[in-house]
Amino acid sequence: MAKETPDAPIHKTYKLFIGGAFPRSESGRTLPIEGRAAKGRKGCVAQICRGSRKDLRNAVDIARGAQPGWHKATGLLRGQILYRIAEMLAARSGEFEDLLCDYRLATPAQAKQEVSLSAQRLLWYAGWCDKLSQVSGSVNTVNGPYFDFSFPEAQGVVAILPPEKPCLLGLVSTLAPVLVPGNSAVVVSSIETGPLVLTFAEVLATSDVPAGVINLITADREEVIPTLASHREINANFLACAGEVDLTEMRTQAADHVKRSLDLPSHGQAWWKGPEAQDLTWIETFCELKTAWHPMGY
Amino acid sequence: MSTSSPHGPGSPLSVPLTEIQSLHVDEVGLLERAADLGRRSLKRETKREAIQRAVSMIDLTTLEGSDSVGRVRSLCRKALDPAPGMDLPPAAAVCVYPRLVATAVAELEGTPVAVASVSSGFPAGQVPLDVKLADTRFAVESGADEIDIVIPRGAFLGGEYQLVHDEVAALKEAAGPAHLKVILETGELGSFENIARAAWIACEAGADFIKTSTGKVSLNSTPATCLCMLRIVGEFERRTGKRIGVKVAGGIRNAKQALHYLVLVHETLGADWLSNRWFRIGASSLMNDLIRQWIKQTRGSYVGRNDFSKD
Repeated sequence: MAKETPDAPIHKTYKLFIGGAFPRSESGRTLPIEGRAAKGRKGCVAQICRGSRKDLRNAVDIARGAQPGWHKATGLLRGQILYRIAEMLAARSGEFEDLLCDYRLATPAQAKQEVSLSAQRLLWYAGWCDKLSQVSGSVNTVNGPYFDFSFPEAQGVVAILPPEKPCLLGLVSTLAPVLVPGNSAVVVSSIETGPLVLTFAEVLATSDVPAGVINLITADREEVIPTLASHREINANFLACAGEVDLTEMRTQAADHVKRSLDLPSHGQAWWKGPEAQDLTWIETFCELKTAWHPMGY
Repeated sequence: MSTSSPHGPGSPLSVPLTEIQSLHVDEVGLLERAADLGRRSLKRETKREAIQRAVSMIDLTTLEGSDSVGRVRSLCRKALDPAPGMDLPPAAAVCVYPRLVATAVAELEGTPVAVASVSSGFPAGQVPLDVKLADTRFAVESGADEIDIVIPRGAFLGGEYQLVHDEVAALKEAAGPAHLKVILETGELGSFENIARAAWIACEAGADFIKTSTGKVSLNSTPATCLCMLRIVGEFERRTGKRIGVKVAGGIRNAKQALHYLVLVHETLGADWLSNRWFRIGASSLMNDLIRQWIKQTRGSYVGRNDFSKD
C-alpha cells in the first residue's frame, strides 16, 4: 500500500471566472505566487492565471449573451441572488479574512471589518433591485390624454476596474450597483488581488448568479486596458482604480464611443463610509431611462 | 456551370452496393484529425485573407416561416456589399425558399451573387417525388441558379440506396442547368459510415455539391462530418475525374469556426479548393462575425454587434 503523505502541499491554481466556468487563460500564462506573500510559507504556494486580451474578448461576448436574460429576470429575483451572494460570502468570512491578511491586502482588524461590510453592502444593493423603478422611475404629466411613464433600464455590458485596496469591499461596491438594474459585468482585477478576487468567484459560482452575468479576469491591467477601452461591445465603464493604473485610454475612448463612465477619483477611506460608497446614483449611472406613452381609456 | 449527371434515374451505382455497405471510417482518427486542424494558429495576413475568402464563400441564408419580401431584399443587399467601404467581397449566393426566389433574382440579376433555393420538400423531404420535382422546377423557373435538395433519409437509413440515388438523379434532371447541392442531413444519419455512404451516392447521382445539413435539426455540421465528406469528394475525383464541391451549413456562427473549416479544406484537398466554386458555407449570423473580425484586423479594436444590420 502506498505510504500516506498527509502533508503533501496542494498548490492551488486561481483560475479566471468566465461564463460561470473557471477556465485557464487562453494564453496559457500563469504566474507563481511566492510564499513571501502568503504568511509562513516559502517558495511557490499557488499559481494564478494571467488573463489576456482574448480572455477579455471572450468574456465580453459571453457577458453580452447573458445580459438580456439577467435584465429580463424580475427585480425580486435579482435581489434574491444578490442576497444569496452576501449569504455565501458571510458563510466563508473566515477564509476571506485569512486571504486578505495572507496577501497583505488588509490588517487582521481591517480584514474582519472589510468582509463584514462587504456582505452588508451586498444586502443594501439587494434591497434596491425591486425598488429601483419605483424610486428612479416616474409618471410624467403630459399635455394630452396619455399616460407617460419613465423607468430605468440596464445599459448592457459594463467593464469594471475595481480598486486594489480595499480589495474585497471595492470589488463588491463596484459590482453590486452594476448588477442591480440588470447589467452584466466584466471585471478586470490586478494580479496582486487575484487570489481574493478569484476566491470571490467561488462565492458567485454558488450563488445562483446566471452564467456569464459576472466575469472576473485577473490581468496585468496596463496590458489589457487598450483592448478594454476600445471594445465597442462594452456599453459603460466603472473606473475605480484612479492612481493605480493609467486610465487616459479608457477615458479618451469612452468619449470617442459616447460610452458612459463612472470615473471615481482616488476613493481612499471613502470606501468604508456608507453614504460615499453605496449610492443610488451609482445604480442610476448604469441605467438608461426609457419613456413609454400609452393612450388613456384603453 | 453544372455538368449533367453521368447516371440517370435507374442506372446502377458504379461502385457495387456491397462496397458501399462495407465502407469503414476510422471515427476516432477522423475526430482527432478534425479537432487537431482547429488548433492551427492563423497569423495576421493569413487571417485577413481567410476572412475575405470565407465571406466570398457564404451562402447568405434565410429559411424561416417568417421570411418576407423585405427581409430577402435586405439580405440581398447585404450579400452584395457585406460591409460598405470595408473592402470585403460579396457573398457567393443568397439562399431562400422557392417562393422568394423571384424577389432575390430581381435584386441580384447581373451581379456576381447567385440565387440559391432549397427545394424537394425541404427540410424533411417527406413529400412524394412528383411534389419534389415540381418544387424544384418552380424554383428553377423562378430563376434560381442553384438548388439545394434533401435526400430521403428514411429510405437511406432503410438501406434503399438505389432509391436515394434515383431520386437525386431525377431531381438533377429537373434542376436542369442549375447547380445541384445535395443535403445529406448528417445529423440524422447516425454514423460517419452512413455519412460517407450518402456522400458517395449523392456524388454518383449527379450532385454538383454535397452539403452537410439543413440547419433545421439539433445536430448540424461539425468539422468531423465536413472532413469525412471532403475525403469522399477527394476520392470521387480521384476515381472519376469529376470534382464535386462541399457545403457546410447549420450552426456556423463565428469566424473562428469558419476559418477552421477553411483549414480543413486546405489540408485535406489543397489550396485550389479554397474558392466558392468548390466550397461554401451556409450561414446568416456568421457574416456579421466575419465583418467584426475583419474590422478588428483592420482597426485593431473590437466592434459591437449592434454596429451592423442584423440581416
